[in-house]
Amino acid sequence: MSPTPRRAAAAKKRSKPKAPGDVVILVGTLKGAFLFWSDKKRRKWKMEGPLFPGEQVYAMAYDGREGRNRLLAAPRSMHWSAAVRTSDDFGKTWSAPDRQNVRFPEGSDLSLAQIWQLTPGPASEPDLVYCGVEPAALFESRDGGESWNVVRGLLDHEHRKQWHPGGGGLCLHTIVCDPSDRRRMLVAISTGGVYRTSDGGKTWRPRNVGVRAQFLPNKYPEFGQCVHKVVHHPARPERLFLQNHWGLYRSDDWGDNWTDVANGVPSDFGFAMQMHPHDEDTVYIVPLQSDEFRCVPEAKLRVYRTKDGGDSWKPLAKGLPQKDAFETILRDAMSADAMDPAGVYFGTRSGKLYASANEGGSWAAVAEGLPPIVSVVAAAVA
Amino acid sequence: MAVTVELPRALQPYARGQTVVVLDRPVATVEDALGALEDHWPGVVDRVLTEQRVVRQHVNLFVDEENIRHLEGLQTRLPSRCTITILAAVSGG
Repeated sequence: MSPTPRRAAAAKKRSKPKAPGDVVILVGTLKGAFLFWSDKKRRKWKMEGPLFPGEQVYAMAYDGREGRNRLLAAPRSMHWSAAVRTSDDFGKTWSAPDRQNVRFPEGSDLSLAQIWQLTPGPASEPDLVYCGVEPAALFESRDGGESWNVVRGLLDHEHRKQWHPGGGGLCLHTIVCDPSDRRRMLVAISTGGVYRTSDGGKTWRPRNVGVRAQFLPNKYPEFGQCVHKVVHHPARPERLFLQNHWGLYRSDDWGDNWTDVANGVPSDFGFAMQMHPHDEDTVYIVPLQSDEFRCVPEAKLRVYRTKDGGDSWKPLAKGLPQKDAFETILRDAMSADAMDPAGVYFGTRSGKLYASANEGGSWAAVAEGLPPIVSVVAAAVA
Repeated sequence: MAVTVELPRALQPYARGQTVVVLDRPVATVEDALGALEDHWPGVVDRVLTEQRVVRQHVNLFVDEENIRHLEGLQTRLPSRCTITILAAVSGG
């Protein structure tokens, strides 16, 4: 691996120094990335960008472990492919790896199409970062995101040939780490379903019992589901919530079994799902009308929230358009910060970014007219 | 007598800013030429070829004025003196 010099990103004006507690929303779009900054009140936002103009940015992350303030992004040029890039100065400069740093090994017969997910590992291993890619595979970095190696156990999985691409391609889009056991991790693949390892990635077992595959003759196969997103709370890691391609589920045993919790939602189809940062019973989703018409039901833009672990869901619509809102929110386009009260954020395919500084009680548009939004990550500066 | 490779602006940072690279050894095919280029500038070739050594979908290589997709692809034979031009295809959205 060649060194990764820092290169200036898009020319930018001098920006105010960031302070602990400042909040940033990392917004990935089909034509670059944008950063939105605010103080802890989160009333006014200042936009920076576009970064990586013209490139798709499906995955971004903030890594505040061990005193670093690192941003990670995975811009993909339509022409020249993708790489993971990092910034330790809040996006002013980014690493520029000479070699494409996420590469399938020789003999795999695979080539990188897209990087879908960037997930810092457990706090106990501050240099460990994961990324999920298309075609479905998991990579890990042990130097904070500069160099990457494929996780062989999943690459060589016997099911691989039976996984098929969903509408977004055959992607590994979700990575859920156990904060207390580095060996345990769960990933989700569209379409392959949920897989879990308990030995640090050497072996992986499908964990889809009870999850429906509406599009297959056998509605409950061992694997092959089109899972859209899985979340959990670090304080209760074994309890998972899953937004499926039709279906909303909870597991209380690290995915061994799944129970339908689509109680009171207008549709159990959707993509985005976000855990509350402090409350292990609270989860946010944005239901979509159907897989044929992937817009919010009744053209009303509503976030739904459960505060009781999925036993009931209530709409959150204050400040959101309730007429002629033909909006789509994609799987990674929702996030929350760790402030108190928590901020919740989501972006639409039509380029609108919404924020709530009071846990979804009310919403306001932060930006409109952005390129189609495919990823949103919020974080408070450590 | 030499084979030269013209780089698009997006790839010049991976060849220390050069717009044209003159290959330093004889090459018989486009594949050979990319191999010679890779010896010095692997970051350029990473972005032209996939891990499976296939020209990326939205990248075009020309030998003088001929697109190698209309010739023999990477096996296209090269005259002793020619220019290989790497260009982004007309694509986007």
